[in-house]
Amino acid sequence: SAPPCGCFILQRWVPLIVLLCVSARAVDRSNFKTCEQSAFCKRQRELKPGRSPYRALLDTLELSDSRITLQLINDNNKVRLLLELYRLQGNMTRVKINELKPLKPRYEVPDVLISDPITETLSVVSQDENSLVLSLGGKDQRLIVSAQPFRLDIVEGPQVLVSLNSRGLLAFEHLRARKDTKSELEQATEQENVEQRTDEDGQIKEEEDKPGMWEETFKSHTDSKPNGPSSISLDFSLPGVEHVYGIPEHADTLKLKNTDGSDPYRLYNLDVFQYELHNPMALYGAVPVLISHSTDRTMGIFWLNAAETWVDISSNTAGKVRVISSEAPQTDVRWISESGIIDVFIMLGPKPADVFTQYASLTGTQSFPPLTALAYHQCRWNYNDQEDVKSVDQGFDEHDIPYDFIWLDIEHADGKRYFTWDPSKFPQPKEMLQGLMDKRRKLVAIVDPHIRVDNGYKIHNEILSKNFYVKNKDGGDYEGWCWPGNSGYPDFTNPEMRAWWASKFAYEQYEGSMENQYVWNDMNEPSVFNGPEVTMHKDALHGGWEHRDVHNLYGLYVQKATADGLVERSGGVERPFVLTRAFFAGSQRYGAVWTGDNAAEWGHLKISIPMCLSLGLAGISFCGADVGGFFKHPSAELLVRWYQAGAYQPFFRAHAHIDTPRREPWLFGPENTALIREAIRQRYALLPYWYQLFYNAHRTGYPVVRPLWVEYPNDVATFSIEDEYLIGKDLLVHPVTDEGATAVTAYLPGKGEVWYDVHTFQKHDGEQSLYIPVTMSSIPVFQRGGSIICRKDRVRRSSSCMENDPYTLYAALNSQGSAEGELYIDDFHTFNFEKAKQFVHRHLSFSANTLSSRNLAPDSQFSTASWIEKIVIIGGSQPSSATLKNADDTESALEFEFDSTLAVLTLRKPGVNAAADWTVILR
Amino acid sequence: LLLILGTPVEIQRPRGVPLTSKKPFYEENKPFTCLDGSRTIPFDRVNDDYCDCKDGSDEPGTAACPNGSFHCTNAGYRPMFIPSSRINDGICDCCDTTDEYNSGAKCENTCKELGLKERDVLQKMAEITKEGFLLKQQLIEEAKKGREEKQGKVTDMQENKKQLEEKVEALRTVKETAEQPEKEAKERHLKAWEEQKAAIRLEKDKAKMAEAFLELDDNADGFVSVSELQSHAELDPDADGTLTETEVQGLMGGAAQVDTSTFESVWTNIKDKYHSEVSREEEPAPVETPPEEVKEPVVDNDSEPFPEDDISEEEDEDEDDEDDYHEDDDKVRVYITQKTGASINFSDLSFDFGPDAEFTYLYSQCYELTTSEYIYRLCPFNRVSQKPKYGGSETNLGTWGSWSGPENNKYLVMKYEHGTGCWQGPNRSTTVKLTCGKETVVTSTSEPSRCEYLMEFTTPAVCQEPANMDLLPHGHEEL
Repeated sequence: SAPPCGCFILQRWVPLIVLLCVSARAVDRSNFKTCEQSAFCKRQRELKPGRSPYRALLDTLELSDSRITLQLINDNNKVRLLLELYRLQGNMTRVKINELKPLKPRYEVPDVLISDPITETLSVVSQDENSLVLSLGGKDQRLIVSAQPFRLDIVEGPQVLVSLNSRGLLAFEHLRARKDTKSELEQATEQENVEQRTDEDGQIKEEEDKPGMWEETFKSHTDSKPNGPSSISLDFSLPGVEHVYGIPEHADTLKLKNTDGSDPYRLYNLDVFQYELHNPMALYGAVPVLISHSTDRTMGIFWLNAAETWVDISSNTAGKVRVISSEAPQTDVRWISESGIIDVFIMLGPKPADVFTQYASLTGTQSFPPLTALAYHQCRWNYNDQEDVKSVDQGFDEHDIPYDFIWLDIEHADGKRYFTWDPSKFPQPKEMLQGLMDKRRKLVAIVDPHIRVDNGYKIHNEILSKNFYVKNKDGGDYEGWCWPGNSGYPDFTNPEMRAWWASKFAYEQYEGSMENQYVWNDMNEPSVFNGPEVTMHKDALHGGWEHRDVHNLYGLYVQKATADGLVERSGGVERPFVLTRAFFAGSQRYGAVWTGDNAAEWGHLKISIPMCLSLGLAGISFCGADVGGFFKHPSAELLVRWYQAGAYQPFFRAHAHIDTPRREPWLFGPENTALIREAIRQRYALLPYWYQLFYNAHRTGYPVVRPLWVEYPNDVATFSIEDEYLIGKDLLVHPVTDEGATAVTAYLPGKGEVWYDVHTFQKHDGEQSLYIPVTMSSIPVFQRGGSIICRKDRVRRSSSCMENDPYTLYAALNSQGSAEGELYIDDFHTFNFEKAKQFVHRHLSFSANTLSSRNLAPDSQFSTASWIEKIVIIGGSQPSSATLKNADDTESALEFEFDSTLAVLTLRKPGVNAAADWTVILR
Repeated sequence: LLLILGTPVEIQRPRGVPLTSKKPFYEENKPFTCLDGSRTIPFDRVNDDYCDCKDGSDEPGTAACPNGSFHCTNAGYRPMFIPSSRINDGICDCCDTTDEYNSGAKCENTCKELGLKERDVLQKMAEITKEGFLLKQQLIEEAKKGREEKQGKVTDMQENKKQLEEKVEALRTVKETAEQPEKEAKERHLKAWEEQKAAIRLEKDKAKMAEAFLELDDNADGFVSVSELQSHAELDPDADGTLTETEVQGLMGGAAQVDTSTFESVWTNIKDKYHSEVSREEEPAPVETPPEEVKEPVVDNDSEPFPEDDISEEEDEDEDDEDDYHEDDDKVRVYITQKTGASINFSDLSFDFGPDAEFTYLYSQCYELTTSEYIYRLCPFNRVSQKPKYGGSETNLGTWGSWSGPENNKYLVMKYEHGTGCWQGPNRSTTVKLTCGKETVVTSTSEPSRCEYLMEFTTPAVCQEPANMDLLPHGHEEL
């Protein structure tokens, strides 16, 4: 990856930039706006809670099968808005507010929703002069529209679930004409100027112009704002709620903080050089989804807006001791965006799983990655040349460490011209790729969206001739500085451009590429080294829309177009794998994300957990942080601990900055090599479980890694936990993230449940904090009693090599002596599981001393060479016999061993095919 | 059940068991005891694709045990063990294809080919080693001669020194005489003494200046240019950490470059701050080299002739010498140095030139390698540098640090350290790996990690006495 201030690289082309660069060791905050420095945020935040000037005009009510509409009027300026209310299938309510007659159309985010959400009938229950009660279907759910002041409440029986505009913070800056009568001078100094506006009634209302409405300067950059002010804001009150989560990406705690005394959480995709921890600053990606949770209910708010957005969180219990508050707890959330419309989806839960399903029904689920993408990735900026790639590959074999992917950063391309290879360092890319293929391994090469402006570069010339570049405010091609020097930025919001981009990944187009080469999109915020806040000017143009409107969506489109390209190059057969740094709601459909340019510090290791958990709650499960830390050089201890933690996070990739010393796993002495090897091996053994979870995430939208509260929603002790998490619902991981740690304290949830240490099989009761002494080899992981997890214990040098290997089932019994789990198998890399129903999905259950494998997908078909080599039953008793019963009713006795101290029964070699029906009966 | 799919001539034994060492433990149809003795199992559980032994010994021919190893005979090439995880993983590891008996991988037996190739390589290497070793003997001989020659010179100088010391003694007497009560005479003598000291100082300064000029003139064009001077950050007049071009121009009196004659004025500006690029700036004056140290010829192969702390020991003794000979009047020492001819450089005597001084010939030589972008230059025992092929200033990739090969032979690796600093990074350094070759040549350079360079260098000086050819694998042995 890449920091925007890698001055030493730039200086070859741009001596001037070098002078602007700060070689500071931490983020230079002054490069990024605070709310105070962002004119619309400042204007909006100056508006304090109070009586809303908006009034619903109930007589404008129009009711159709799919929605109701009515008009709102702002009594201060008489501007009318159009309110649309939808009841959506799956217990959701959609609220849209736009200007009734905007001067020109306002941007509505396309391509994020997977389809038009299915609506259900919204019927009027009652109506009086100041309110309208609509039925949201069963369970006494009502949507109440109050007319003056305008307000919406969603209630269930007597309980208010959420209120909109209850604090009167609905604020909709209508589009207005720039006054031509004003002289340049007047405009420049306009402070107290007033605008005249005539509403439909002919009434004149004078409105004040505020600074930054028509032009805004930050540092040396001026935003010309030809459309003037256009921001929107709305408040949501959540009675009974003390815990809210989500709105990634921030390097902050899992539970969102009160922002009363600080800046709001900012959502604006930015390339933040050496980002700081524990603050609400914007980072590389943005998913405007907030999840609220209490013991009563889990809900979500999805604010579909791609412009710069700020989110204020205010909780009446923050910082207070709960017992003395007579007031019921409540959390207020306020969303502010710079442009577009209000389009918000209220996901009413009530359970965590319901919210995930609801959100997935809107924006889609996690793409199902090829198995290999879930294995270990070895990356560095940069593996220097083909020889280097070869020797690192050999290093893994010499040290008997598995890996699936080696990655090439920007230096592999010829002069940072993506889709090309440096002719002296990578003269024979196919030879290199073939060498990796012979080892059943793969490669990722970076393709960034900035395109070197160079008339000797085919990609640039084609974009130029097709007129695909983003335009600057004056209509010329937008240019900015990035890795290659002067660069153009293709307009990925244009579907034709995306189709063209996708076609460039065809093997004959992308010279030197092969089917075991995948792609990584970095810098797609987009990063513009000399742009405002290191990104694109907001008045740049994407067709008819300003960059302001589409900013947070750009990165999603880049990844989408790239993923489409990988699918196309295989004729629609192969599942793609694309990593992205920037993302938006819906990015889960296109691949993996990582947390950007972190640092080799213990704090960064720790924060990787809440950062990926937050992303998972917002739909993006395939998340990881650079193992070892991107900037700086990790100590051996930190590196080992990071491998141990990373082995249990969804996307598992080591990465390092070009200026750091080499850190391949074998460079820290034999002991550390052995520790890292073991961590990676644990990952490979567990790949069947990860794969099955990703399959389920793809089908259902449930996150792969989950905060504890998701599975234990009534246990308030879990609500703020962020140093441990669940993989699926059956594995609890508490990585060691402290330097010199000799112990960790893990909370094991679940009254009456039991947990087993996966390494020792030691049993622990649920609902307790467990003190666990640790050594350098410890990775505290627990399996939930009641679960069956499938592993492949024959770890080989890559996941492909393990394709046909047998499974070992680990059945951990609960206090009732039962357990269940799943096993999912397919070809591990194509769409045939979807298109041709070629997969195996088994339900495994153990109860009453009988373990059986049942087909969960009778209409699917797939034959696997894998078989069941061993069954380990943890927490049971010693049987006198074990009998395997095959599908054809033939029976055979199984040998077994029983460890009475740990109560672990091992059944030797059942030998049945993993796809078969079978039963094992213990007597 | 024993799966044996080998060639008919193969002796019956469980798959993956080496014929010689472990075979006796695998006796067909007798219970098998895990090699760690942990348990005994029926023989049909050997290689039955299920791991029964903790040490993996029951599955030498399958991938069932995580810690097992598989033996391939590789007839025609060298036998080897591979981790059992590589059995039937679809990748051909053993050249005799025996590791892929059930994976569908299409492996070809390449042992014969590899064996031939290896024999060929070994033969060539043996030839190189042989010739290289002969060359090495010559180098040792030359080094010995050169050393004796220098020792002769040292002896001469000892003589010279003795005379000069007498002269010093005489001067001292003069000085003492000057302290006689006659005031005028004393003043006159003192003045003469001062003049003499000033002359000496000037001489010394000139020598330093000449040395500095040569050092600064990186491209050896007879001129010191602005950029060449700019590489000396310590000269920064305002000490703000950066030596700008303007500042350098100031130091150079506005000139773009200076030659030896005009350098004098520049030298005045910089001499107080100037740091020599060579760490041995304060090399011991030859006269102080204790005769016992240098005269001892280095022929004993068994002892370590030049311990690594050699230099510091010498320095220690120098200090003692100073006290003995001159008390603390080093000006007189300088005078002596000048008069005895400081141009003869004896500092090479303080380097570790190998057990038999076989690396001596590399001293004061430089070897270049041109890549697509840069010209790399290795001057053994001095420095490594890199210069852009198409203009631009030279970058110091490290100055001579130490031998840093493995414990059994430290003379296989040279380490050059403290080169030019990197942006946000460490100072550049270079590791030079030495391999036996007939010619002395830099064969490759790379930068495996940012600012850490790796250079490969062949020289006869590391050629070992050729081993006999018995080490070559013999194909028939395994059959």
